[in-house]
Amino acid sequence: MRPSCDPSKFVGDNVKRLPPSGIRRFFDLVTELDDVISLGVGEPDFATPWHIREMCIHSLEKGQTSYTSNYGLPELRDALSRTYSHRYGLDYNPASEILVTTGVSEALDLAIRAVVNPGEEVVVVQPSYVAYLPAVMLAGGIPVPVSTTAEDEFRLTAETLEPALTEKTKAIVLNYPNNPTGAIMTRKDLEEIADLVVEHDLVVISDEVYECLTYGGKHVPASSLEGLKERTLMLNGFSKAYAMTGLRLGFAMGPSEIIHAMMLIHQYTMLCAPVTAQIGAIEALLNGTEEMERMIREYDRRRHFVMNGFDKIGLDCFTPKGAFYTFPYIGDTGLSSAEFAEGLLNERKVATIPGDSFGEAGEGFLRCAYAASLEDLKIALERMGDFIDGLKQ
Amino acid sequence: MRVTSMDEKIRHILEILENDARASPEEISTLTGMSVQEVSQAISKLEESGVIRHYKAIVDWDLVGENYVYAVIGLKVTLERNLGYQAIAERIYKFPEVRSVRLLSGDHDISLTVRGKSMKDVAFFVAEKIATLDQVQGTFTHFVLKTYKEDGVILHEPETFERLPISF
Repeated sequence: MRPSCDPSKFVGDNVKRLPPSGIRRFFDLVTELDDVISLGVGEPDFATPWHIREMCIHSLEKGQTSYTSNYGLPELRDALSRTYSHRYGLDYNPASEILVTTGVSEALDLAIRAVVNPGEEVVVVQPSYVAYLPAVMLAGGIPVPVSTTAEDEFRLTAETLEPALTEKTKAIVLNYPNNPTGAIMTRKDLEEIADLVVEHDLVVISDEVYECLTYGGKHVPASSLEGLKERTLMLNGFSKAYAMTGLRLGFAMGPSEIIHAMMLIHQYTMLCAPVTAQIGAIEALLNGTEEMERMIREYDRRRHFVMNGFDKIGLDCFTPKGAFYTFPYIGDTGLSSAEFAEGLLNERKVATIPGDSFGEAGEGFLRCAYAASLEDLKIALERMGDFIDGLKQ
Repeated sequence: MRVTSMDEKIRHILEILENDARASPEEISTLTGMSVQEVSQAISKLEESGVIRHYKAIVDWDLVGENYVYAVIGLKVTLERNLGYQAIAERIYKFPEVRSVRLLSGDHDISLTVRGKSMKDVAFFVAEKIATLDQVQGTFTHFVLKTYKEDGVILHEPETFERLPISF
């Protein structure tokens, strides 16, 4: 008889080093409870606009189920190139400077693997989306978190960035409009860090998936700043603007040399993004603006509603200008983010995400998404008010 | 009020009211960040200028046992000197049985929606009041069997989908 073994020993060191997902237990708690209102969802509460879904269905009926070019359907890359030229005057060659990926998540992984050598440092601005650190670690790089603060409206400043830069720094990951804070960087804010980026010869990996969700001002792509385009990878996708999360479609735009390097990895690992989603994405770019703007106006109204509600229940919150998140400060309750979120869930059945899930800089805060119906938001705010009143007694 | 380049705030107000005519100025203020007074003034202006035509409820009469019968009726009409489509439409829309009147391109000139208490009711109304008008050459009556969507509101089984309760 052959000896039995413990299969966990086969798991590679790279994976073992990854930080444990603190949210797992929380997730289980949420699914066990009934009548929970969740403000913990990181995706639109709209289904994909019907004209986009209908185009996907039509393509399936016609039998369009083959592989596409590794770079993605030429029509989609053409449409992307025209869209960004029209929106920002940015010039990306559809033949060589655009890569269509399976969600922004894949684009992020490709971007980091394409530029980072083992041992090189990558600055990750926090609080931010949870995948950046693990993506750097899996590529053998060393993530260097840099914390932004509510006082700075969660924008990255030169004073915050500079001390984190060393000779080993290869790249910086930016995420504006920001998940979880809803912060944005204006052109002036970006100008302030652009000199440092060039001086230290960094690659900018800019996750701009919430690009279209800005309120009261136009988004500024990092690549639109003078001198940054040839060192910037813009990562973006259709999930948030067009409510297409589950269709998994993203893209990267940047210098042809790096896009080609990303394409090499993509061709051996993913081959191409799902064709049905690519066809839906073309429809979204060509005919989706009106529906998208309607959804954005709806988010904007909820944003006002939630901020107004926080004000009434005495939660201090910086006014988000992008994405669909608020990031209220709960530190003065004496509870940690995790304690507050867990108490709120258990006692009042409102699910939120503890801010420290997005990095140390998020401790003392709570991510509350307003991608939920007004009815749900109203009840959630009442319950949060009750919870806070209960803490005071 | 002719709104050539629509103010973003006015668009918000109109979208909110088109979706829920009962939304109060206070509620609209919370949703837009405008002051209650600003909202009230804007709504008054929109009402006075006819941008907001009317406030009404969408009623499902079936549920209270009032089983109305609806028919879409196409009309072929001939125009007479000094009497255009407008005059024919006016003649027709004054009947309370007539719920909508539209001028069309294509096979028929005018389309009506008529509501009655029974098929017979509707048929007699059309035969007696509409078909007998001098300008009406022919009527084409289509009884409505079921309404799936009315004025942007889906009346049967709205779409639902599940999201993960927690995601980043």
